[in-house]
Amino acid sequence: MTDLEHTSDSALVPKDWTYAPAPEARDIVTLAERYGHFVGGEWIDAAETYTTISPATEEPLAEVGQATPAEVEQAVTAARAAFDDGWSSVSPSERAKYLFRIARVLQERAREFAVLESLNGGKPIKESRDVDLPLAAAHFFYYAGWADKLEYAFPNQRPRPIGVAGQIIPWNFPLLMLAWKIAPALAAGNTVVLKPAETTPLTALLFCDVLRQAELPPGVVNIVTGDGSTGAAIVTAGGVDKIAFTGSTEVGKAIQRELAGTGKKLTLELGGKAANIIFDDAALDQAVEGIVNGIYFNQGHVCCAGSRLLVQESIYEPVVDKLKRRLATLRVGDPLDKNSDVGAINSKQQLEKIRELVAAGEEEGAEIYQAPCRLPEKGYWFAPTVFTNVAQSYRIAQEEIFGPVLSILTFRTPDEAVEKANNTPYGLSAGVWTEKGSRILWMAERLRAGVVWANTYNRFDPSSPFGGYKESGFGREGGRHGLEPYLQLDESEAFGG
Amino acid sequence: MARLPVKKTYKLFIGGAFPRSESGRTYEAEGQNVARASRKDARDAVRAARAAFPKWAAMTAYNRGQVLYRTAEMVEARTAEFAELCSGRDEVERSVDRVVWYAGWADKFAQVIGSSNPVAGPYFNFTVPEPTGVVATLAPDEPPLLGLVTRIAPALTGGNAVVVVASETHPLAAIELAEALATSDVPGGVVNILTGHREELAPWLAAHMDVNAIDLAGADGSAPDLERAAADNVKRVVRGRADAQSPWEIAAFVELKTVWHPVGR
Repeated sequence: MTDLEHTSDSALVPKDWTYAPAPEARDIVTLAERYGHFVGGEWIDAAETYTTISPATEEPLAEVGQATPAEVEQAVTAARAAFDDGWSSVSPSERAKYLFRIARVLQERAREFAVLESLNGGKPIKESRDVDLPLAAAHFFYYAGWADKLEYAFPNQRPRPIGVAGQIIPWNFPLLMLAWKIAPALAAGNTVVLKPAETTPLTALLFCDVLRQAELPPGVVNIVTGDGSTGAAIVTAGGVDKIAFTGSTEVGKAIQRELAGTGKKLTLELGGKAANIIFDDAALDQAVEGIVNGIYFNQGHVCCAGSRLLVQESIYEPVVDKLKRRLATLRVGDPLDKNSDVGAINSKQQLEKIRELVAAGEEEGAEIYQAPCRLPEKGYWFAPTVFTNVAQSYRIAQEEIFGPVLSILTFRTPDEAVEKANNTPYGLSAGVWTEKGSRILWMAERLRAGVVWANTYNRFDPSSPFGGYKESGFGREGGRHGLEPYLQLDESEAFGG
Repeated sequence: MARLPVKKTYKLFIGGAFPRSESGRTYEAEGQNVARASRKDARDAVRAARAAFPKWAAMTAYNRGQVLYRTAEMVEARTAEFAELCSGRDEVERSVDRVVWYAGWADKFAQVIGSSNPVAGPYFNFTVPEPTGVVATLAPDEPPLLGLVTRIAPALTGGNAVVVVASETHPLAAIELAEALATSDVPGGVVNILTGHREELAPWLAAHMDVNAIDLAGADGSAPDLERAAADNVKRVVRGRADAQSPWEIAAFVELKTVWHPVGR
């Protein structure tokens, strides 16, 4: 590492970029051998279980419950009882203080949660440490402050809680999605039954200990684990008044169909195929960093990932060259290593889906480039990938891959960029890179997407509403708007009830 | 001998024109032969709405407010005719006042519904409402004029284009409204009105992949089936009331867009 050499620019750089391993200590996390469901403030035994693993090593971590409809019903009953017996009558300012407590405990135990998140989900520790955990705590802190100010957020609408919220979350940001769901639900005065994703249940289960430390009344938050059948049981449970789902568009549509005619409120945060648009006057080095962050952040397991790169024709070659060079410096490996930029693919099933779509891309005629990197032998891995020579009709330009795979297309004029960017049933997010301010706003007006990042990408904040247009779902999470799905309001006939 | 009056032919309103149904069918309602729109007429109406949407959505809010106000003027001028087709003068006046009320919201609701967001970082961040797109509206049967106006005014104020299935039993007020709209400044295709059998038209609109939202105000017992069909493209389902007036009615027909930009020297 100390060997330096002079390059043509006479700058001193290390001869090679290999890093010594810097693993985060794992012993901060203590796992039980077996977990049940957290219902009514207590652990109940799970009738059926499955093994949850580390996707980086395939090592078994714990046995967790596969909740049956009867167990889901038990959780819903506990949530209903907690709502009726007191939570809805806890004074709003006291409700706020419980949420502030949860935020603080999460901050205090951030390192433990970050390690467990990376262990169970495969994401690099620097992301779980610097993004997932701080944002999860911030969400609780943000919504805590709303709990006793709802009349100011919804004047003349008599805001009041709905009842029991059923919440089903994905595996890409397990604890953060839990925070996005639970924080606004509790701030609005509801009680919750939440199901973490099948492959990433452990931080949600550890979160139950945070609830104990915060002394949240029993039954206000109930956590059941399991696969899609458990989620379906939550959707159809009679005692649930509102469903919030984050996941695939396919499952989202099935839930919308299932709830047809029931009058239950629904919010959906679904898939995306975002365009990240680079104009010829963009600051190229920054844009390339933005492209990398847009698609390789969290292995591309991001619904708003910038998976379609639209490059203005005149700068196509330099952008692709710089991008390929940058790809070669991405460190793919042990999620618990503090130097890792890209971790493990979350599950075998997801790895197979990525492989299938990448194979389709090659078959349809796109040109593949993968960063030279050595992938670990065990576990689920996929090298950061770029496709050039991509037509809009190719599956890799149409379908959500949810992996570290970028499809590059080109455009000539701003109008063409808008047309291509909007040419998808999705509408979750988009990126624009240009130094021309008026063009940023012109583009932002025309992109049919719920979030537009200009000269940045993949930024999140609890005060900033997030959610999709078109088949990317409806309803917003974050900000004042994120409270609305969890409230009954006078004179509000907004979609979903 | 008394003069024989010239009677009106009741037709559809699609893309700013008044075609008969392509199917050549009519049905009798309120003592008149009224066009009985087909599935193909519904498709044509959606295409007209989609084509008209970008211009209407891109109009300045001030301008859209003035165009809506102009429609109130046109309805007011026809008060006597409308009064014959609904419960009377009072309903017409309430309808006019409702349009005027929403016209005044056009350049204000973004300030109530949108926000500037204090994110924890060097970014400027704001959220603005934007129209959902093409809205299919099943008009309620009662009140014939006010119910229809109540449902389409907030969608139009939000910048959407609408395809209306008029009340099957009381379609004449809807056709009269189409004629008032045609003489106002609302661009052709922004409002399209179909008359006919609701059960024949509603399922196609609910399942149409280029319709972004559906207002089930007049859906009756078929609502669950329509909601199920609406899931095919994740439509926004609005369960509208026949008599409501609030900025949150506009909010039901808008999307929220959040824009981030770094702050730096």
